[in-house]
Amino acid sequence: MAECHPVGFQWVMEAKLRGAKVIHIDPRFTRTSAMADMHVPLRAGSDIAFLGGIINYILEHEKYFRDYVVSYTNAATVISEQFQDTDDLDGLFSGYDPETATYDTSTWTYAGHEGEGHGSVDGGEHEVSERDRGAGHELGNRGANLADPLVQRDETLQHPRCVLQVLKRHYARYTPQLVEEVCGVSEAQFLQVCEDVTANSGRDRTTAWVYSVGWTQHTVGTQYIRGAAIIQLLLGNMGRPGGGILALRGHASIQGSTDIPTLFNLLPGYLPMPKAGIHDSFQDYLGAISSPGQKGFWTKADTYVTSFFKAWWGEAATAENDWGFEWMPRINGDHGTYQTVMDMLDDKVEGYFLLGQNPAVGSAQGRMQRLGMSHLKWLVVRDLNMIESASFWKDAPEIATGELSTEDIETEVFFFPAASHVEKEGTFTQTQRMLQWRHKAVEPPGDARSELHFFFHLGRMLRERLAGSALERDQGLLHLTWDYPTSGPHEDPSGDAVLREINGYHLTGDKAGQLLDGFADMKADGSTSGGCWIYSGVYAGGVNRAANRVPWTEQGSWIAPDWGWAWPMNRRVLYNRASADPDGRPWSERKALVWWDEDAGRWTGHDVPDFPLTKAPSYRPQEGTSGPEGLAGDDPFIMQADGKGWLYAPAGLADGPMPAHYEPHESPVRNPLYNQQANPTRKVYRRKDNPSHPSVLEQGHQVFPYVFTTYRLTEHHTAGGMSRWLPNLSELQPEFFCEVSPELARERDLQHLGYATIVTARTAIEARVLVTDRVVPLRLGDQVVHQIGLPYHWGVGGDAVVSGDSANDLFELSLDPNVLIQECKAATCDIVPGRRPTGPALLRFVEDYTTRAGITIETGNTLLTPPPEGRP
Amino acid sequence: MSNSFFGPLPDPAADAGWGGEDRQPRKGFFTDTSICIGCKACEVACKEWNAVPADGMNFLGSSYDNSGALGASTWRHVKFIEQPKTLGTQDAGIAGTAVGPPASDVLNRAADSALTGDRSSLGTSNTVDLGMPLTTLPGQADGAQRTEFRWLMESDVCKHCTHAGCLDVCPTGSLFRTEFGTVVVQDDICNGCGYCVPACPFGVIDRRVGEKGVTKNEGIAQKCTLCYDRLGEGLTPACAQACPTQSIQFGDLDELRERAAARVEALHERGVPEARLYGEDPHDGVGGTGAFFLLLDEPEVYGLPPDPIVTTRDLPRMWRTAGLAALAMLAGAVAAFGTGR
Amino acid sequence: MSLRSVFLGWPVLRQLTGEDPLGRGAAAQSARTAALEPRTKTADRVVQSVCPYCAVGCGQRVYVKDEKVVQIEGDPDSPVSRGRLCPKGSASEQLVNNPKRQTKVLYRRPRGTEWEELGLEQAMDMVATRVLDTRARTWQDTDEHGLPLRRTMAMASLGGATLDNEENYLIKKLFTALGAVQIENQARI
Repeated sequence: MAECHPVGFQWVMEAKLRGAKVIHIDPRFTRTSAMADMHVPLRAGSDIAFLGGIINYILEHEKYFRDYVVSYTNAATVISEQFQDTDDLDGLFSGYDPETATYDTSTWTYAGHEGEGHGSVDGGEHEVSERDRGAGHELGNRGANLADPLVQRDETLQHPRCVLQVLKRHYARYTPQLVEEVCGVSEAQFLQVCEDVTANSGRDRTTAWVYSVGWTQHTVGTQYIRGAAIIQLLLGNMGRPGGGILALRGHASIQGSTDIPTLFNLLPGYLPMPKAGIHDSFQDYLGAISSPGQKGFWTKADTYVTSFFKAWWGEAATAENDWGFEWMPRINGDHGTYQTVMDMLDDKVEGYFLLGQNPAVGSAQGRMQRLGMSHLKWLVVRDLNMIESASFWKDAPEIATGELSTEDIETEVFFFPAASHVEKEGTFTQTQRMLQWRHKAVEPPGDARSELHFFFHLGRMLRERLAGSALERDQGLLHLTWDYPTSGPHEDPSGDAVLREINGYHLTGDKAGQLLDGFADMKADGSTSGGCWIYSGVYAGGVNRAANRVPWTEQGSWIAPDWGWAWPMNRRVLYNRASADPDGRPWSERKALVWWDEDAGRWTGHDVPDFPLTKAPSYRPQEGTSGPEGLAGDDPFIMQADGKGWLYAPAGLADGPMPAHYEPHESPVRNPLYNQQANPTRKVYRRKDNPSHPSVLEQGHQVFPYVFTTYRLTEHHTAGGMSRWLPNLSELQPEFFCEVSPELARERDLQHLGYATIVTARTAIEARVLVTDRVVPLRLGDQVVHQIGLPYHWGVGGDAVVSGDSANDLFELSLDPNVLIQECKAATCDIVPGRRPTGPALLRFVEDYTTRAGITIETGNTLLTPPPEGRP
Repeated sequence: MSNSFFGPLPDPAADAGWGGEDRQPRKGFFTDTSICIGCKACEVACKEWNAVPADGMNFLGSSYDNSGALGASTWRHVKFIEQPKTLGTQDAGIAGTAVGPPASDVLNRAADSALTGDRSSLGTSNTVDLGMPLTTLPGQADGAQRTEFRWLMESDVCKHCTHAGCLDVCPTGSLFRTEFGTVVVQDDICNGCGYCVPACPFGVIDRRVGEKGVTKNEGIAQKCTLCYDRLGEGLTPACAQACPTQSIQFGDLDELRERAAARVEALHERGVPEARLYGEDPHDGVGGTGAFFLLLDEPEVYGLPPDPIVTTRDLPRMWRTAGLAALAMLAGAVAAFGTGR
Repeated sequence: MSLRSVFLGWPVLRQLTGEDPLGRGAAAQSARTAALEPRTKTADRVVQSVCPYCAVGCGQRVYVKDEKVVQIEGDPDSPVSRGRLCPKGSASEQLVNNPKRQTKVLYRRPRGTEWEELGLEQAMDMVATRVLDTRARTWQDTDEHGLPLRRTMAMASLGGATLDNEENYLIKKLFTALGAVQIENQARI
C-alpha cells in the first residue's frame, strides 16, 4: 500500500501512531513492510492456504463473534445433503464435469432448494455458458440469486450440515503446519497473525483487510477475496467502521469502469449484457436478473432496466418494443480481451480501439498482443504519449527477432492525441466508490481531445451517414439519444449533461424534467430514465453532488459526507446496518456507526444508513414476502437474496462454494492438500502460441524451477504510459530490474548490477540485477522455493524517456473462471546470468527451453488431475 | 557580533540584519525518518515547484535509490538503507526461511561508492553501463545465516545551517540569509565561482551541470531554498506539502524541536532506543541546523557527517591574523617608502 | 526611481548603513529576490481536480496562468488526501505540459514505415468509414439456431481506467448501439 497508494497509506500510519498493528503479507519486503509491525513473506499463489488457516484457527478456537455470526451470516443455514466437499472428493466439490471442466452447482445449494435449477448467477443457465461470459462479474454489487428466501436454520450452529459445521470440516486440514508447508510461513509467525487478527476483532475492535491485484490476478483470484470475506464475517468485521475488505485499485477510475462498464459482459450498474439463448426475450432477461421471491433490492431490477433503456433510447423506448431491448446485441461466449486477441491472431477482428491503454506492455502475453495487432486491418490509438502499442509496427521486439517486418504489416494505425485529466470535465470513481467531479482547467493542446469529444463526434458522424437507413441493424444507433449540448472552440460535449443522464430524470407527471433523487424513484413503466441505477442520486435535488467540496476541516463529521458522492446514496460503509447489534444498538460506543433511534422510529448515525430507513430491528416479514419488504429488521446484507452475509456461497461462484487451496497454473510445488493440483475450472487456451510449463506432475517441470511475480513501483504507473515519458519520474526508476535473494544470486551466479535473463516458454527478457535481503528463499518442508520479483513498467519502444524489456511478455494466459482475469502474480521461470540473445537467436534460445521441457499444447493444461494410480 | 561564525546563535536572521517588520520566526524542516515510506514525492514535488531539471537516468543498484546524492539538481534526496538489524519490535519474517548470510553490507558498499564517486562519471544515458559489477557476490561473504532485517529511508535536504559555510565564503553576495533564517542562492547574482561547494560540510551545494543555454541555471550553484518564494506567502514548502506521511514537517524551528524531542521519547518508549536527533543541537559544529532529522542509526549510515563543522569556524581568527599581516605589510611599505627617499 | 534611491539600494551601502554589517542577509538580497512571488499567487485561477494516477482519488489544485497550467499540487481541503500527493501525483504538471506529449493526429498507412500527419476531421472521417465498412461486412443477425445476435465480432475496444465515467458511458452506449460487444477495459486485467 505504501508502494502503490502512498497517500492512502497516511491513514495506516496515523492508525499506527494510535496503536494499530500493521501486518504486511507479501512475497517481498516492500516499502509497506518497512513500516509494518510484521512482514509475512509467503509464497506467491499460496494465499488461500494462509486464509484458510486463519479460518481454521478462528473456528477451532471459537474466536468468532458469535452474536454477529448467528444473526447476520448464513452460518446457521443448513445446506443440501447432496453437497460433497473437497475432502470427500480429493480436491473437487460435487458436480464436477470433466468434459466441460465446469461444475453443476445445484448440489451446493441450501437444504430444500435442490430442485431450483442450477442455483446459478442467473438461474437456469449452464455453467459453461456462465464461465465463458464471466457471469461472476455481475456480482459486483450483490450476491447470487436464490429462488426462495426461505431457508432451514439451526441457530445453535450444531446441525452437522449447517454452514458453520461445513466450514469447520472444510478447513480442519488447514493447520499451522500445513500453512508452513504450503506458504513457507513459520508456524510461530502464522499463529502470531491469527492471534493478532482475532484479538483485534469483536465488539470494541475491528480489523481491515486490504488487497490489490496481488489477490485478483490468479486462476483462483475470486476465491482469495472470498477467503478474506469468510474471515471478516466470522470476526464481525463487515459493515463496521475500521473493518471491511478494501480493494486498493490502481487506476483513477477503475471502480467507475466496472460500475459503468466497458466490459463485454456487463451493462451499467452490474446488469448483465444480454446473452443469446438465455436472455432472448425481455421477460427472460428480467427474470434472470432476480427471482421474484427473493429478498432485497435486486427484486426492483425491472425499474433499473427500464430506466436504463429509457436513458439510451428515449421516446423510442416503449412498452411495445420492450423499451428497445430488441436493439441490444447479444453475447454468446467469452468475448473478453484475451479471447479477442486470439481472434485477432485468427484474423477474425479487423478494427481495434485502444483508449488510454497500452496492452503491448501492460497485458499478459505481450507477444500475442503485438502479433495480434499486426493482423488488424485498422487500429485506433488514443493516448497522451506515443505508447508502444501505437508504434509496435516499427519497434516491437518481434521486429528484432524477425517475426514481424514493418514493410509487411498491413495494419493502418490512427494515433489521436488525448486530453489530460485537467483538460476535460467529468467524474472519476475512486477506490471507495466515491465519485469526484473534476472541473476543466484548460483546453487541450493541438489536436488533443477527450474521449467524450471523440466518441460523441464519432457517433454524430456515424448517425449522419446512416441517417434515413431502413436497415434493421441501424435502428438502434439511429434511435439512440445523442443530443448532448456542446460548447467551446472544439464543440466539446457536456460531461455534466452525461452525468445528468446517468443520474436519470422523471419523464412524465408533475416532476417531468426533474432529476431523480435516487434509484428508489425509478419506475418500470417508462416514466423515469437513468443510465446507471447505482449512480442515481449523484444529482439528487438537481445538484451535482460529485462536485461537493466542503473542506474536511469544516464538515464536523469524520465521515466527511459532503466531499464527493459515494454510490449508493452517498453511503460510505456498505451494509452498515451490521455496525449495530440485532436490536439496533451499536456493538460498542467505540465502534458506533449507525443505530436505530427508537424515539424517532428510524435509523440514524454518522453514515447514511444502508437499510430501509424506518424498518425497525424487531420487524419480521410475513412468510413469502419478497423484495425490500422481505428483509427482516436484522438482515443487514440487503443486496443478498437472503439478507445474510455468505460464509458459504450456495450459488454464484464457478469454482466452489468455499475457497480451497489450489496451486497456480504454473507452480514448482505439489498441492499438499488435495490430489487436485490446480483450479479444475480455470480457463486455459490450448494454443501453440500460448505454451504452458509442465506441472509438477509432468516431466520437464524442473526446466523452470523458480517462481516469479510482478508488481508496481511507487515511481511508475502501470505500463508506463503516464510515467515513462516523464523525466521527473523516469529518473527515479530508470531501468527494468529483477529482485533476487542473495541465495538465488549465489545459486545462479547473478551479479548485483549486472544483467540476468529470465526465461519462460513464451520468451526471454533481460533485467538489471538487484540482489537484496528483502527477498528470502522460502522453506516448504524439504523444498526450498526461490522467488523473483519483477516490476512490469517497462516496454520496448523508441519514444519513452526510459524503456526496457516487459515482464508481462513472460506470462501465458490462463484465467480465473469467475471473472476471466489472467494469472500473472505467480508463474514459473528460469533465470540465468547475463544479457539475453538478440535477433532470431532469441527465438532459438527459448525454443531450446521448450524442447528440453517437452512442451506441447497439452502441457500444463490438464485440468482434472488424474488419480495417483492413473498417472504416467 | 558574538557567535556570528561559530557557536550557538539564537536568531541567525537577526544577525543578518533582519529586524523590525521583516522579522520572522526561524523556519525549518524536521524530517522524521522513522515514518518515511521512501516514496520520493518530496524529490518530485521539489523538482516541479522549483523547475529543477531531471539529471540522469542512472540505475545505481543502491537499493531503490537512483538519485545518488544531493546536488545542484537534486534538492531532496531519499536514501534507502538495507540493514541486517531489527527495527524496534518489528518482525521482518526471516525466521524459518532458507536464508544465508546477508547481502546488505555489500550492497551498502555499492551504494557508498555510488554516493561518493564523481556523479558526472555515472553517465547520463541509461544505456551506459555503470561500471564494474561487484567482485564479491552478495551473500558470498563469510557470516552466519541472517536473522534480522530492516529497511531505513531518509529524505535528505540542505541543512540551512545556523553557521552556513557556503554563505560565509560567497564572494558575490549571491548566497544570503533570509528573514526566515534560511540560506538561499540568488540565481541572478551567482557567477558560478564555486567557492561555496567545498565550504559545505554536508556536500549539499553544487554547480549545475548541463548544456549551456539549454539547461536552466547551468554552471550556477544550486540547492534547496526551503521554497523561499512560497514562504513569503505563508505557504508550506513543496516537499513538506506533498509528503504523504508527514515525514517531512515544516514549521517554526522552535516548535519543530519540541515536537522532535517528544517523538524521540515516544520511540524510545516503543522499543526503538536507537532513535536520535541529528542537527537540532545549537552547540554542534554548525550551530545547529534549520533542517534537522530523526535518525534510527548513526549519521554515517545515512551518509551524514557525524560531527559537521562549519568550514569558516576559524574565519574571525584568520581575519585577525590576516589583518595583522596586512597592517605589518602596510607598515613595511610605509617604511620602505620612507627609506627609499 | 531617483538616482539617490538607486544609489542607496546598492548592497555595499546597505551593508554599511544597515543592520547587516557582514552583508550576509538583508543587505545582500537582490531586488529580484525581494520581488519573488509564488506562481500559485500570480495564477489567473485555480481549479479543483482529482489526481489521474491511482484510485485513492487525491484532491488536486490546478493553477492556470494565461491558459497554461503552471502548477498542480495537493488540495488541502480533501478528506481523502489532506493536500498530499505521491511522486506521480506530484508530477502531474509534467504529465500535462510534457514536451514529449503528442498533440497531432498521426497516420501510418498499410506497410508504411513512418508516421504521416493527418487532420483531425479527416482522420475521424476515415475511422467512421472503417467502422461502418467493417460492421457492414461482418454483421451477424442470428446464431446458428436463429437466435438474435445483432452484432459484429470484427471490432473491439480496450480502454484504460483513467477515463471518466461519462466517457465510459458514451463509449459503451455507442459501441453497443453499433453492435460491437468486445468492449473491454483495464478492469479485466
